[in-house]
Amino acid sequence: MNYIGLWTLFYKEVLRFWKVLLQTVAAPILTSLLYLMVFAQALSAHVQVYPGVGYTAFLIPGLAMMAILQNAFANGSSSLIQSKITGNIAFILLAPISHLEFFLAYLLAAVVRGVLVGLGVLLVGIWATDMGVAHPFWVLAWALIASVAFAAMGIIAGLWADKFDHLSGIQNFVILPLTFLSGVFYSIHSLSPFWQVVSQINPVFYMIDGFRYGFFGQGDVNPWWGLAVALPFTAALCFITMQMIVRGYKLRN
Amino acid sequence: MATPAVELIALQKRYGHGAGQVRALAGVDLTIGKGEFFALLGPNGAGKTTLINVLAGLVKATSGQARVMGFDVQRDYVAARRHLGVVPQELVFDPFFTVREALRFQSGYFGLPHNDDWIDALIERLGLTDKADTNMRQLSGGMKRRVLVAQALVHKPPVIILDEPTAGVDVALRKSLWAFIRELNEAGHTILLTTHYLEEAEQLCSRVAMLRQGRIVALDTTANLMAGHASLEAAFVKIMAAA
Repeated sequence: MNYIGLWTLFYKEVLRFWKVLLQTVAAPILTSLLYLMVFAQALSAHVQVYPGVGYTAFLIPGLAMMAILQNAFANGSSSLIQSKITGNIAFILLAPISHLEFFLAYLLAAVVRGVLVGLGVLLVGIWATDMGVAHPFWVLAWALIASVAFAAMGIIAGLWADKFDHLSGIQNFVILPLTFLSGVFYSIHSLSPFWQVVSQINPVFYMIDGFRYGFFGQGDVNPWWGLAVALPFTAALCFITMQMIVRGYKLRN
Repeated sequence: MATPAVELIALQKRYGHGAGQVRALAGVDLTIGKGEFFALLGPNGAGKTTLINVLAGLVKATSGQARVMGFDVQRDYVAARRHLGVVPQELVFDPFFTVREALRFQSGYFGLPHNDDWIDALIERLGLTDKADTNMRQLSGGMKRRVLVAQALVHKPPVIILDEPTAGVDVALRKSLWAFIRELNEAGHTILLTTHYLEEAEQLCSRVAMLRQGRIVALDTTANLMAGHASLEAAFVKIMAAA
């Protein structure tokens, strides 16, 4: 195992987003906080989701998780498409970095960015609402599972895409609907039976619900059941990503 | 028998399928010994860059074998890449980083975390001292080319491939670059060069292979190929016309 190679590629990927921190970390935190401000102002007096939990507090874990998912996805996908288009991916492909090291470096860097943005949203939210953390284990577990899943999805998209337009298509037509229609802004119990079933097909629903359970000790479904859905989903994404890397999909002709 | 630096056996590469299929390499056999300064010549589209990309692991061969220092570039890809440094033809760079950062990263990819002495030596030898902390985006084409050379040499590979390294490069850099590469060759590094400047190959290389439409049409010492010709270029033109 080339641990130094793995560390170097991971560090390079972290430094890449760190150098444009305003765009990659500060901007998504601000966007999430704007959502929080607008929705909380408009709905907090009218919506009671869980007993003893205000709507503003209810929103915060959902928004933080949405930020984690979107940014974990964005990191690997944007880095890979840029490297492919400019051709500098060759520096990595020429190096003695194994398929697993390549996968882990991109995955972990994306996890770091996702978790960092999510943490930013949470810190501001907790400070503003004085909410607590009922089960820190579940918070951490769901943050990691969700960021790994979407980091893998980002790598898949970055490998598959030939141009920025492809990536934008995935972000707008797959990632955005998946994250928006997953209970960020509502409990699925407020939906009609049909939409409740649809929501339960979406694996992101379990990630958000489980994450929220970590804060309030209550959710729409049992977090262990959520784990039974999310873990195979994440493992499948990681498997697909590794297969694409091993085969050199759109990397090595 | 000593392990050759580069070994290609019946190497074939086809792109595409059916009627649109293009045969870039049509069964290339080639052995380059350790310490050789070897030229791979051919017109545009002859298959030079495909051959190099197969050796570098950037392109998968359709059939045949490619080895670097005895390591198969597909099966033992990690070991093969450790022994190989490639200066690509295109001026590729990572716009996020400085020259020094780019070299440190490249060194790290090869498992060399404390390589600053050699990185500094490369920076100085390639005339990059003033630009060491400059972002890659702000460098001229010639400077970017120098960084590509430094990146290929950062792990002191025994086999160095230079794919048209002097394309678009001014005379001064060309001279200093060749002096440096010659030094590396004298120190035991194997050099595989492709170039359209045939006088460079004539002056530097002890053996030459000429490639046309994916086949080797001439393979001999530079002296033998030039026998009866005023220059390697004259020999090249004649061989290509006959092939």
